[in-house]
Amino acid sequence: MEFFTTLPWPDIVEATFDTSLMLGASFVFTLLLGLPLGILLFLTGKNQILERPRFYAALSFIVNVLRSIPFIILIIVLIPFTLLLIGTSLGVAGAIPPLVIGAAPFFARLVETALREVDHGIIEAVQSMGASTRQLVCRALLPEALPGIIAGATVTAIALIGYTAMSGVLGGGGLGDLAVRYGYQRFQDNVMIVTVALLIVMVQILQMIGDRLVLRFSHK
Amino acid sequence: MSSILEFQNVSKNYRVRKCDIPALTDIDLSVTAGEVFGVIGHSGAGKSTLIRLINLLERPSGGRVLINGEDVTRLDDAGLCALRQRIGMIFQHFNLLSSKTVADNIAFPLRIAGRHSAAEIQKRVAELIERVGLTEHTHKYPAQLSGGQKQRVGIARALATQPQILLCDEATSALDPQTTQSVLRLLDEINRELRLTIVLITHEMNVIRTLCDRVAVLDSGRVVESGHVADVFLHPQHPTSRRFVYESEDIDEETMVTAFSHVSGRLIRLTFRDEATYEPVLGRITRQCDVDFSLLTGRIDRIKNVPYGQLVLGLSDRDSGRNINEALRRFREEGLVVEELN
Repeated sequence: MEFFTTLPWPDIVEATFDTSLMLGASFVFTLLLGLPLGILLFLTGKNQILERPRFYAALSFIVNVLRSIPFIILIIVLIPFTLLLIGTSLGVAGAIPPLVIGAAPFFARLVETALREVDHGIIEAVQSMGASTRQLVCRALLPEALPGIIAGATVTAIALIGYTAMSGVLGGGGLGDLAVRYGYQRFQDNVMIVTVALLIVMVQILQMIGDRLVLRFSHK
Repeated sequence: MSSILEFQNVSKNYRVRKCDIPALTDIDLSVTAGEVFGVIGHSGAGKSTLIRLINLLERPSGGRVLINGEDVTRLDDAGLCALRQRIGMIFQHFNLLSSKTVADNIAFPLRIAGRHSAAEIQKRVAELIERVGLTEHTHKYPAQLSGGQKQRVGIARALATQPQILLCDEATSALDPQTTQSVLRLLDEINRELRLTIVLITHEMNVIRTLCDRVAVLDSGRVVESGHVADVFLHPQHPTSRRFVYESEDIDEETMVTAFSHVSGRLIRLTFRDEATYEPVLGRITRQCDVDFSLLTGRIDRIKNVPYGQLVLGLSDRDSGRNINEALRRFREEGLVVEELN
């Protein structure tokens, strides 16, 4: 009983709300940035319709660099950029730029991979109908790769949950912050356990939604 | 007869590690409007490349490809899109969009073209689905269809924009023999009813024999023989053409020659076509000339709609060959092709 009565409920509710907000906002921006980036990577890649070896190599390099920086370092590196963009590097708003910049390249790679899975014959068939590149991408490639892209978005959203916990530690608020302040610094194990349980529930819900959507859109 | 499609001295090279590998060399072909033109070749002969030069999925390295007299390699992007909308294409592996239903797959090229209202598209799609006999499958996804049904969707999709030319890239190679026949019948119907020019590539002589008016034999990137299907099929000149014909007819040339070496008398191959196939020419002339014959091998069938027969006979008489010569003369007079084999 003591386990529950000593929990700081208002803080937990607020932290859950903050984490959901960070997750939701950064997820939307990650999609908006990562999807076009992934399409660009795909189109300019080897043997693809807009093949540009140098451009692809440069873009690919940047994506790899961003993906290889540990997220906790990325937050620190980006503080000046975040200050410039948002005006603060703290709180939910301040957490979003590093989250997006950390997750978008990851998602872009998953989009690129999903697009590569589309049978080259389909691209050829759509080209043979006289489709422009834009039509090819919007009307054929994206619908065909949609299940793969949704699966990639699910993986990205779950990675973002992990990232939000980290950014919590550096002033972002949310469940990560709560776990550190109560669980680590004040030795309140029950808070630690509850925050971890909440994170697990979030991941499970996201994975379930993702799997359902993949099933809904795949007709293979 | 106007030629709708022409290859003039076309070549295509692929660059592999700074070396030019020739895929096609000195291709000259002319396809007449309304005909079914077949290109046969083994895998690697260059036929996939050849058919893709027509709608510029591949660009020629040299020479000109003319459609209605217009050099397609000079078209700009808009011109190329317009050209491609006038050329339908079907594929060995169908290449349907798995995320779209049968109806949406067929509507796809119309939506790409962007000139049609939703009502027009719906009407046209219903027409096409009926033509290819898939009415009850309208709202299914490709994964729920059999190979033959998928190819019918492919054909309907290729016809959606009412093209002048239909390109068939090994369209029946992934299908079983029975389905192949039904797809070939459908293509034949379309060719006759819509006066649609068809260019197809295949490695199966059977497809050429059933559907094509004229054929070109491709070997190592060159056209080694071309002409009317009946001529190439009954009197193949080039070793590659001969191999295709004999393969399709299960003829083993070597065994045949060895087997016939025991036959006394003169070995004659008689070829007759059209009406002559049904006339009792052989019996009448051998009787009149007092020549005996043994029937060694033969085939009697149809090439597209032309019946033909080709028989190998051992002829003998009791008059040191004079009667045989007379019989051969009369055969020729009747319009039969006579070839001596020994």
